[in-house]
Amino acid sequence: MSVPLVPLPLFIAVPLVTAFLLPVFGKKGKAVATVIANLATVSLLVLAVLSIGRTDVYEIGEWSIPFGINLVLDGLSSLLLLAIGVVSTAAMLFSARYMEQYTAKAKYLSLFMLMVAGMNGVVLSGDIFNLFVFLEIASIASYALVGFGCEHEELEASFKYMVLGRIGSIFVLFAVALVYGNTGSLNMAYISKAIQSSGLNAGLTFALGLFITGFGLKAALVPFHAWLPDAHPSAPAPISAMLSGVLIKALGVYALARVVFNVFGITIQMGWILIVLGLLSMVAGAFLAIGQWDFKRLLAYSSISQLGYVVLGIGLGGLIIARDGNLAWASLAILGGLFHLVNHAVYKSLLFLSSGSVQMSTGTRQMKQMGGLAEKLPVTRTACTIASASIAGIPPFSGFWSKLILVIAAIQAGFYWVAAVIVFVSLCTLIMYLKVQRYVFLGELPENLRQIKEHRGPMLVAMVFLASLCVLMGLLVIIPSLKVTILDPAVKVLTDGLEYSARIMNF
Amino acid sequence: MPYALCFLLFVIGLYCAVVKKNMIKIVIGIMVMEYAVNLFLIMLGYRIGGKAPIIVEEDIAGAGAQLSDLFINTSVDPLPQALVLTAIVISLGSLALMISICIRTYERYGTFDITKIRRLKG
Repeated sequence: MSVPLVPLPLFIAVPLVTAFLLPVFGKKGKAVATVIANLATVSLLVLAVLSIGRTDVYEIGEWSIPFGINLVLDGLSSLLLLAIGVVSTAAMLFSARYMEQYTAKAKYLSLFMLMVAGMNGVVLSGDIFNLFVFLEIASIASYALVGFGCEHEELEASFKYMVLGRIGSIFVLFAVALVYGNTGSLNMAYISKAIQSSGLNAGLTFALGLFITGFGLKAALVPFHAWLPDAHPSAPAPISAMLSGVLIKALGVYALARVVFNVFGITIQMGWILIVLGLLSMVAGAFLAIGQWDFKRLLAYSSISQLGYVVLGIGLGGLIIARDGNLAWASLAILGGLFHLVNHAVYKSLLFLSSGSVQMSTGTRQMKQMGGLAEKLPVTRTACTIASASIAGIPPFSGFWSKLILVIAAIQAGFYWVAAVIVFVSLCTLIMYLKVQRYVFLGELPENLRQIKEHRGPMLVAMVFLASLCVLMGLLVIIPSLKVTILDPAVKVLTDGLEYSARIMNF
Repeated sequence: MPYALCFLLFVIGLYCAVVKKNMIKIVIGIMVMEYAVNLFLIMLGYRIGGKAPIIVEEDIAGAGAQLSDLFINTSVDPLPQALVLTAIVISLGSLALMISICIRTYERYGTFDITKIRRLKG
């Protein structure tokens, strides 16, 4: 291949080194620190683009696989790396101007890079304890970032998030211990092989339950969602975009899918559990979102609902595989789920960035105090409308395609009621985003907001970048060559399931 | 039996973290859970009457080829101890963050009672 090989540790080393370098620039070097942090995120995006379509195993310190820690790059990892790269680039560009409102910008940038390092690590790790360590790096950075404003609401939200997040992490650690005790290995490929030869015993089943609860807490699936609607709105807008855009997916959905499909192997019960979690999240998240009057809180509830689609698609595919059904339908369902994951990363981060732009101009998040901002904030308005159309599933935009694929997959597999729920929740989504358009951008301009101006510069660049992606993402499934190089390898990782271990061991 | 006690400790910690109203007590509950898991990891590798997993030169000279069998059958598994060290460092980091958030919250609200710290709802 003509593409130069990207050493996998770079994905973790670049943000980690940048994170520890940034606090060196004190109050005077703020501009330098911002530039360096932006360069780091852009270079990570470039690395992620270069690594598309490659499969690679890297052994840290040359220790061979069962003994040492290894990093694994496959289709699913590179899809997630790409999503993290895109969202962190946009969020970092947005922070360049937005974070001027806060003090200690260098510390903020440093925590941001730590979070990116943790997420890249989770996505690349081929070792289950190492996954836990990176999960904790990303989580601890995100707890601190949620409480970054140090005001009443931020601290309260951060504490709530931290308590639930810690409990989730401890469940994951407990599960790792149980898995080690039962299989004698920490490497995912070897655990998977041991489980295939011995079958699931009581301890491993309990560990699987702990994994679902732990990652479910991180992903904010519905019975475990209590922290998300507080934590995501309280964080600064670029961090909300990162949290909703990629953190809950990398730490929650990706880790869950990896453990369930590639390590334990999908069963019919697991498929149903994922489908039920997905449906609950979709419906409950949508109903709770419609009633909100806080702009960012509405977006946060809608994140829960949209994440339900992803889990539903993956679960549906898993169920079809476990029943030995048609593999093409299973691939289609998983493709819908994963494509929705990438789409949601782009449009939800765009929505959070536009809410940040609105909040910075008007100084409020309450939709009742806004109105008629369309002429005052033209670019924000356009970006927000594109993202809303995308999330509601209006045809040329990206969200339409992933929902269409999910509906087709559900109908083909005979789950007509699931297809009906998908369409119904899509309608609810349309209603909540019409509400956003109506109360924020249309209607009467309040007297006290007549003087506001749109903030120019990097914030607008970030929004335009994401908005153009929203329009173009549909091409990922329409153009066959893009689908084959980006989405299909990711789907294949999940449909292959337990063949993962053989592939890693024979690499 | 020790595993059951360890699990009991885990459940006590979880109960404390979920039910208590005082922020500091919630933090203590979380740390109890953390220690229960650490204890569990250590017990996984522990062997009653086991030896430290270190090979010295006399062992190699004395036992020769049977060394590896003898070593595996008598020594303690060192890997869980390495894991626990890492887990302790992580939990120390998050404990420091949790306590500092508690202190900041107390400065703002003047109380540790989470039923009185309720500005966010909906």
